[in-house]
Amino acid sequence: MRDDYPMSLEILEIEKEAKDLFTIFVKNTLDGFVPGQFVMVWIPSVDEKPFGVSYLEKDRIGITFEVKGKFTKKLAGTKKAGIIGIRGPYGIGFPDPDSSTIVIGGGCGVSSLAPLIEKIKKSNSIIGARSKDMLLFRNRFKDAHFTTDDGTFGKKGFVTEILEGKLSAPDKVSQVFCCGPEIMMSRVIEICKKHRKKCFISMERYMKCGFGVCGQCMCGDKVVCKEGPVFESKDVEGNPEFNHFARIKSGKKVPVSDYVRWRGCE
Amino acid sequence: MITIKSDFLGMKLSNPLILASGIMGTSVGSMNKIADNGAGAVTIKSISKEERLGHNNPTMFSFGDVFMNAVGYSNPGMIEAKKEFSDIDKIGVPVIGSVIGTKAEDFVAVIEELKDIKFDAIEIPLSCPHTPGFGVLAGQGTPEATYRITKAVRKATRLPIIIKLSANVPDLTIVAKAAEKAGADAINMGNTHGPGMRIDIDSGKPILDFKVGGISGPAITPVTVRCVYDIYQSIKIPIIGTGGITTGRDAIEMMMAGASALGVGTGIYYRGFDVFKKIANEMEDWMKKKGHLSLKEIIGVTYEG
Ligand SMILES: Cc1cc2nc3c(=O)[nH]c(=O)nc-3n(C[C@H](O)[C@H](O)[C@H](O)COP(=O)(O)OP(=O)(O)OC[C@H]3O[C@@H](n4cnc5c(N)ncnc54)[C@H](O)[C@@H]3O)c2cc1C
Ligand SMILES: Cc1cc2nc3c(=O)[nH]c(=O)nc-3n(C[C@H](O)[C@H](O)[C@H](O)COP(=O)(O)O)c2cc1C
Ligand code: FES
Repeated sequence: MRDDYPMSLEILEIEKEAKDLFTIFVKNTLDGFVPGQFVMVWIPSVDEKPFGVSYLEKDRIGITFEVKGKFTKKLAGTKKAGIIGIRGPYGIGFPDPDSSTIVIGGGCGVSSLAPLIEKIKKSNSIIGARSKDMLLFRNRFKDAHFTTDDGTFGKKGFVTEILEGKLSAPDKVSQVFCCGPEIMMSRVIEICKKHRKKCFISMERYMKCGFGVCGQCMCGDKVVCKEGPVFESKDVEGNPEFNHFARIKSGKKVPVSDYVRWRGCE
Repeated sequence: MITIKSDFLGMKLSNPLILASGIMGTSVGSMNKIADNGAGAVTIKSISKEERLGHNNPTMFSFGDVFMNAVGYSNPGMIEAKKEFSDIDKIGVPVIGSVIGTKAEDFVAVIEELKDIKFDAIEIPLSCPHTPGFGVLAGQGTPEATYRITKAVRKATRLPIIIKLSANVPDLTIVAKAAEKAGADAINMGNTHGPGMRIDIDSGKPILDFKVGGISGPAITPVTVRCVYDIYQSIKIPIIGTGGITTGRDAIEMMMAGASALGVGTGIYYRGFDVFKKIANEMEDWMKKKGHLSLKEIIGVTYEG
């Protein structure tokens, strides 16, 4: 029989990564975690929400998060030795990267890709953000390609421009892994399709159970928490909801642009 | 030829296993998946008049055989539900519409708003143990309230009506009879049990954000069997046995106690989306071994024998 309840853990460290971006570290209790999988993080009496793992070490894991609403504000306000609960890992992660895998992260999306970037040639990774102060891991992965929309760090423009360049060059590329805003991922899928490259993306939908019971995280015919969050692009191609609709906490279906702006209240 | 086909409230079911409300019933996509995995019919997640966010997370967790939830009836409300479920005829199996409310008029309002949706039956849960304003917490588990709400719903629809009861009421058979008398076509026995509560001992806080929640999963099977057995003797309308069914053995047992159809919800957690196929195969294997040809030979035998 299975158990799925939050395991209480002490916060070992909390670090500021960039503007409104923090990492908390807790003991690594995850069995066989695959990057791209996620955990549910519980702040007792507040809420419990899904997050990727951005540091995967033998003894500890790190979770990097962006401060958006009530939960992430509280999480940023937690202190060393404070208690949070973790359950998981859940879902299906990325396949093993090989030496010719390209990894692309946009905004906070790079956090769940970071353990993979650790494993590959840094010049095969592309990290983008709106602006320098919101850019993650520019010291952790010095040799990665960086882009900012406003040109305050790295190349001015979008991660997709660097991807286009790499796929058009003679370098061997086997596959592309991507996590970021859906509009960016859908552009990456198009580019990979044009260049006939395998592409894997990681999707976000509102999650409650995380283990395929509540039906909250549906995207078309896909149960994102269980059959994803990582999907091969061919499995979401033609999905009428991908990059178009998502369901908020009540289950109401709204355009993805409204979904990301939606803020939970008390 | 062995068959587990079932005729239930005019619905032709390939097997008696019905997806219980609140598990994966949020969209046509989610119910299609369950239909593809062998369910005989599916039930939508309960819909109320207004949009509801439900309780905060954790809304569910498990400790072995015990599954607990306090989702709090999150749903998009009847206006959005009308859009969400507009093409349920694409689902290859019958679909049951689950409708919740606080007052009798609320149930009627939702049924009227959703009248163009091609449901095959309407289910009315009067039994949620953990949502203020609904079910047991709104006093809907009494014979009087059950009668009043069933009567109002009866006037509002021609579709078969299933009244979903709670095991946590003192006079279960009287409640079931009240539903039958008011015009219900079937009883769903039943909802989650409890409520129960578990505390995380490191933080000292309840795990569920709502503190308490309904219990489902294999742990409640014996109570469901007893409840089905109890009401089978007192009513003529058929019973859906719901609560803890995870294996073919559980399914056969529930039918022996008197259930004509079976609700499966948390079984998905324990055995995957294809729990329906698995249970159906296990039922057939058992029937083969015992020489039974149809489910009619099994329903209620414990009482009759
Ligand atoms: C598989 C997965 C992995 C994720 N990994 C990370 C990560 O590594 N780092 C990170 O910063 N964020 C991650 N997120 C998003 C993170 O869950 C939300 O940012 C967080 O829940 C916001 O909570 P809040 O209370 O601060 O904001 P709220 O005000 O409640 O909501 C802000 C926005 O966050 C999203 N959100 C809120 N609640 C949920 C929920 N229960 N499930 C999914 N999305 C929600 C919605 O888009 C909403 O518009 C991930 C989401 C998923 C589904
Ligand atoms: C997560 C979850 C959500 C539920 N939501 C509803 C609901 O919206 N309406 C309802 O009538 N019952 C709801 N129930 C109760 C189930 O339909 C079912 O009656 C109960 O779980 C017992 O059956 P099971 O052990 O097969 O799950 C819910 C149960 C669970 C576990
Ligand atoms: S979050 Fe519950 S089914 Fe995916």
